[in-house]
Amino acid sequence: MENDTIITDTIDDSEDIHDSGKHDTADTKTALRTINLSVKFFDKLAIKNINIRVKKNNVAAIIGPSGCGKSTFLRSINLMHDLTPGAKVYGDIYVHNEHITDNNVVDLRKKVGMVFQKPNPFPTMSIYDNVAAGLKLNGIRNKSLFDETVEKNLTYTGLWDEVKDRLKSPAISLSGGQQQRLCIARTIAVKPEIILMDEPTSALDPVSTSKIEELIINFKKHYTIIIVTHNMQQAGRISDYTAFFYLGKLVEYSRTRRLFTNPREKLTEEYVTGKFG
Amino acid sequence: MELTEKKFKMPGNIRRRKLVNSVMIILCVIAGIITILPLLYIFFYTTKSGITSLNLDFFINMPKPVGEEGGGMANAIVGSIILIGIGSLIGIPVGVMSGIYISEYSKNITAFIIKFVTDILSGIPSIIIGIFAYGLIVINMQRFSALAGGFALGILMIPTITKVTEEMLKLVPQSIREASLALGVSRWKTVLRIALTTASSGIITGILLAIARAAGETAPLLFTAFGNSFWQTEIDQPIAALPLQIFAYAISPYEDWHRQAWAGAFVLILLVFVINLIVRFVTRNKFSGNQ
Amino acid sequence: MQESDIKISEEISTKEIRSKRKPGDIFFENLTLLFALLLIGLVLFIAIEIYGDSAESIEHFGFSFIFSSDWNPVTEKFGALAFIYGTIVSSILALLISLPVSIGVAVFLSEIVHKSVRTPVSFLVEILAAIPSIIYGFWGIYVLAPFMASTVQPALSSLFGFLPLFQGPIFGTGMLTASLILAIMITPIISSITRDVLKAIPVSQREAAYALGATRWEAIKMALLNARSGILGGAVLGLGRAIGETMAVTMVIGNKAQIKASLFEPAYSMASVIANEFAEASGSLHISSLIEIGLLLFGVTFIVNTFARILIYSVTRKT
Repeated sequence: MENDTIITDTIDDSEDIHDSGKHDTADTKTALRTINLSVKFFDKLAIKNINIRVKKNNVAAIIGPSGCGKSTFLRSINLMHDLTPGAKVYGDIYVHNEHITDNNVVDLRKKVGMVFQKPNPFPTMSIYDNVAAGLKLNGIRNKSLFDETVEKNLTYTGLWDEVKDRLKSPAISLSGGQQQRLCIARTIAVKPEIILMDEPTSALDPVSTSKIEELIINFKKHYTIIIVTHNMQQAGRISDYTAFFYLGKLVEYSRTRRLFTNPREKLTEEYVTGKFG
Repeated sequence: MELTEKKFKMPGNIRRRKLVNSVMIILCVIAGIITILPLLYIFFYTTKSGITSLNLDFFINMPKPVGEEGGGMANAIVGSIILIGIGSLIGIPVGVMSGIYISEYSKNITAFIIKFVTDILSGIPSIIIGIFAYGLIVINMQRFSALAGGFALGILMIPTITKVTEEMLKLVPQSIREASLALGVSRWKTVLRIALTTASSGIITGILLAIARAAGETAPLLFTAFGNSFWQTEIDQPIAALPLQIFAYAISPYEDWHRQAWAGAFVLILLVFVINLIVRFVTRNKFSGNQ
Repeated sequence: MQESDIKISEEISTKEIRSKRKPGDIFFENLTLLFALLLIGLVLFIAIEIYGDSAESIEHFGFSFIFSSDWNPVTEKFGALAFIYGTIVSSILALLISLPVSIGVAVFLSEIVHKSVRTPVSFLVEILAAIPSIIYGFWGIYVLAPFMASTVQPALSSLFGFLPLFQGPIFGTGMLTASLILAIMITPIISSITRDVLKAIPVSQREAAYALGATRWEAIKMALLNARSGILGGAVLGLGRAIGETMAVTMVIGNKAQIKASLFEPAYSMASVIANEFAEASGSLHISSLIEIGLLLFGVTFIVNTFARILIYSVTRKT
């Protein structure tokens, strides 16, 4: 634990992920990199020097007891802390080899979508308008494009058959699980490259949860996904890599299989075997 | 029974405490009754005196000269609508925009300062706003005008609208804004098209409340809009207004004018009542929706 | 491991992020800021304008303006004492009548009645606050004043006639009637603030009182005592409203610039004299004197309202 400030982003026996300690601009396989990422709320450090690298078209899960900084980490990737009073972000974040301050926040967030813990459809909008919201609010006015986007993304998230007859009814009339899939459809409608998911199933029933897990596995073809979950089984089912956070620090980041069967750190082992947390 | 009473005999001071308890609670109930009594009295008296004189003539006819029966307040009603229109053009943008600033952009201290100033503005007597409009507009234009009256009403509308806008925007969950920002929607579009739209029903009721209040304001119009017994719709001329007309008629010695004044008062009270009812209904829905 | 041991990289500069904002964002934020500043500027401007317009009167009369009760447009002698007296007495009397009733209503609504009664009654009290003052005045002239003349004032005079307060001719209109109308008008304000501050007192406090065997009133009394600075704030706010109230007072106070001990006598208030004389005032000194009364009114209500807000914030901000 003493050397945690220099923990490399992944300590994996297998090949392709290693850390040179420097940012490699020619690297095309990496979707996201953070270097010494820390976040402070007023004077309190919430996460401390996090170094992580996520490969393209992979699912990375982040686990850890509540209050360990999982969500704080996730929300710093698309600069969502912008709105939080007293929040400050330190270090470097690279999204597809571009430093996040190279572009403006709005363009960054188009590339890095986010799905939240509680389904949050826009309450004044219909189902249709919710899916098309990202396009509409970004100034696109093309009815046929909207129609196409709505149908494609609702089909993709498995909602189309359930809602195709009532696209104009308010989004909040849907069930919780449907609302969350609607929010996912809304997120992918703006064609992000990376999707951040903040405990997307924690407010849902088991059936809805398994539908969303299925979606996430399918999503790998098109997107890179970083998912925060408090459910270790979920991480085991859907992710390629898993990061274990504890008290604001990254304890271990390994292939999911390895992290759950043969973790490098004792702390990880205690956590995944249920000794604490 | 007797045994228990003996065993647990209440000490004298407990009996006294219970008596005080009953008396005070009865007094509170009486306070409740004597508060709503004048309201009911005013309401029924105005209705009774006003409704008999309230007919189509009242809305479409001009005032008749003294001695002639009948006539109406068409010019005053139109005048009030024009004044409120001008007032809204000033009050709504300033109120809504500063409400947005407090809720969406300001830090704690600036928010506190602006809210404090808003409270101070709402506490300034309306007659002083009238003097201000007089000094700023009437003096410079060299005559009383609808513009000056509407300006005064607009200032009076600002604090209500600012407060309601801020409060209603605060009720919009942060997660809704985050959802929009996460789609790559810019902050200002998020504020206008997501937060403001979600809060719009509440903000509209607040604007209605401000309009209801402005519609009944008399003091600030006395030496700005001034009143006019003729048909006048030019904004740079003195203009009639319903409350001004009610005031002029109420203090006149003529029975027929009194009846017309009651009719006008009835219209104002009805406006206030209906708007408040709408506000109640909308805000109740808002709160039940959040549960 | 100590937090201070951790070396932190450079901050991802919020300045840098902000500088890359879209022009629309920068424009809109500054636009709303502009309107907010306009609001502050407006209040300052009102104060400056009114001060400037009363300069002539201030120069001419100095402090004697507030110590003289001689108000004569013909001889151009202007002193505001009678109006100041009328405003202060009518407002304070209104507050004395209204305060116990307002607290009673607040307690009645927040602590005693069931929700099914509370909702319609609090709605009615809200309406009471929204009725235009012209209607109060109108009702005051034709209903309240005759009632005062026929019933209330004779009764007071026969019961307490030995006091100078209740002596003299009975007109119906006058100081007492004005105070009563004002009391009706400020009750909704004071009671709604009282309800707000009572709401800010935690329920657990009352429960603790009950647990110690307190009666209902004792528990309520404790809550009221804890909320006292907030209630005082509400009362002061009501006072501010009464001081500035114009139309209703103008219609029932009698409009006679005099200082008399009897509450039955007609009087005059600061706001009323402005309402009555401003439009017809001839001569710049007359107008300037009226505006100086407005300036005094502004100053007094500003101080009173600031005081009230500080008291109210002190209670409601804690929670």
